[in-house]
Amino acid sequence: MKSMADLIREHPFLAGLSDEYCELVAGCAKNVVFEPGSYIIREGQPAGQFHLLREGQVSLEVYAPRRGSIVLQTLGANDILGASWIVPPYRWTSDARAVERVRAFAFDATCLRGKCEADPALGYALMKRFVPIILQRVTAARMQSLDLYGASV
Amino acid sequence: MSGASTKLAPMPLRVLSSTRETADSMTLVLERPPGGSVGPGAPGQFNMLYPFGIGEAAISLSSDTADRFVHTIRGVGAVSDALGRLRPGDTLGVRGPFGNGWPMERARGRTLVLVAGGIGLAPLRPVIHAVLRDRSAYGKLFVFYGARSPRERLYVGELERWQAGGAMDLSVTVDFGDANWAGRVGFVTALLGHAQFDPAETLLMTCGPEVMMRAVANQMIGRGVAPGDVYVSLERNMKCAAGLCGHCQFGSIFICKDGPVFTYDRVEHLLRVREI
Ligand SMILES: Cc1cc2nc3c(=O)[nH]c(=O)nc-3n(C[C@H](O)[C@H](O)[C@H](O)COP(=O)(O)OP(=O)(O)OC[C@H]3O[C@@H](n4cnc5c(N)ncnc54)[C@H](O)[C@@H]3O)c2cc1C
Repeated sequence: MKSMADLIREHPFLAGLSDEYCELVAGCAKNVVFEPGSYIIREGQPAGQFHLLREGQVSLEVYAPRRGSIVLQTLGANDILGASWIVPPYRWTSDARAVERVRAFAFDATCLRGKCEADPALGYALMKRFVPIILQRVTAARMQSLDLYGASV
Repeated sequence: MSGASTKLAPMPLRVLSSTRETADSMTLVLERPPGGSVGPGAPGQFNMLYPFGIGEAAISLSSDTADRFVHTIRGVGAVSDALGRLRPGDTLGVRGPFGNGWPMERARGRTLVLVAGGIGLAPLRPVIHAVLRDRSAYGKLFVFYGARSPRERLYVGELERWQAGGAMDLSVTVDFGDANWAGRVGFVTALLGHAQFDPAETLLMTCGPEVMMRAVANQMIGRGVAPGDVYVSLERNMKCAAGLCGHCQFGSIFICKDGPVFTYDRVEHLLRVREI
């Protein structure tokens, strides 16, 4: 049977991370499953973990009075879910709901932050993986807000 | 009819059918000119459509059927609105087909990544038809389509067939979902990021808002696709469509005659220019 370190190493987010660091972060990880319709995270709640998605679609939503839940973006296999665990006050800024059955690795945030603080090289290796994704998402969100296809060709 | 008169004088052609695609776009099927005087047109080429008395607009071929001209038009102004009001039996003026089209020969044997935004799916649809007709001649086919909302997707029935057919990897995403939409929400680049392809083998064709094409081209080049394998369709306004009037000229490039399809390295600077 594959160890947790072997499993997480196969996720594209951790591609290229050294065996030693894979072992280290695997100690904070567990396998989780969410049934369709269930919430993985809730806005305002403590950001106690972060997820690497393995399969199934997730929608990031905000709730607006009278309009209900508005889908900001969807995520799927190989995406990461959640960055609020990195920055104080460690609270989620949106809801995330499983649209399909979702399988993911959940990393305990306190455990992971502790290991990053203790070994800044691990922290840097992880941040180098996070920052491009966050940047790409910010750019994509800007494009989305431009309402490009509503304008002419 | 000589080639020259076809290019400069509109042929009157009859509308065979008009189908509503979305609130502001229609697909028109036109009869073919009689006597085989006009070539069938290649994916990425366009016709100049002339609703009589109003004006002309460049509109891409949106199917590769040899016996019809098929065009999908989004109403954004006087000409395109008038085209959208045409009904079966009506007649309009047509010149064309013009333009160089997508690089279908170069695409053979390669992995194809097509990225369409909004009405930009129309000029890419003939590429999909051509690949499906001769599937083994091409490598993997990825199609990414971004629309404003579920209701603003074009060719909905066909998208469903493509999705179910297994001949391509189709991803559709919308900027704004609705209560019934269980598909993806977000910008196309988010989906593109996870597609598994070998950059050296890949040829990209993209059509949509220029801001989108820029983002897509840069992302693909960042992943290692050669700038010369990144093709964009520049749909700037044009008049004569035959490389004569200079309306769409920029430096040495005439969008109508040399394009509308260009490799990104040739036109990257143009995508930063507001109007030509
Ligand atoms: C090669 C080529 C292929 C095209 N294919 C299609 C197609 O398949 N389907 C389709 O619906 N449209 C297509 N277009 C765009 C179409 O030609 C224009 O939308 C049309 O000319 C608008 O004419 P109009 O008189 O209706 O609007 P106008 O009154 O001329 O314009 C209305 C508004 O749209 C803007 N606009 C006009 N043309 C363009 C353009 N080309 N790009 C960006 N903004 C524009 C104007 O700035 C204005 O804000 C294509 C254009 C080119 C050059």
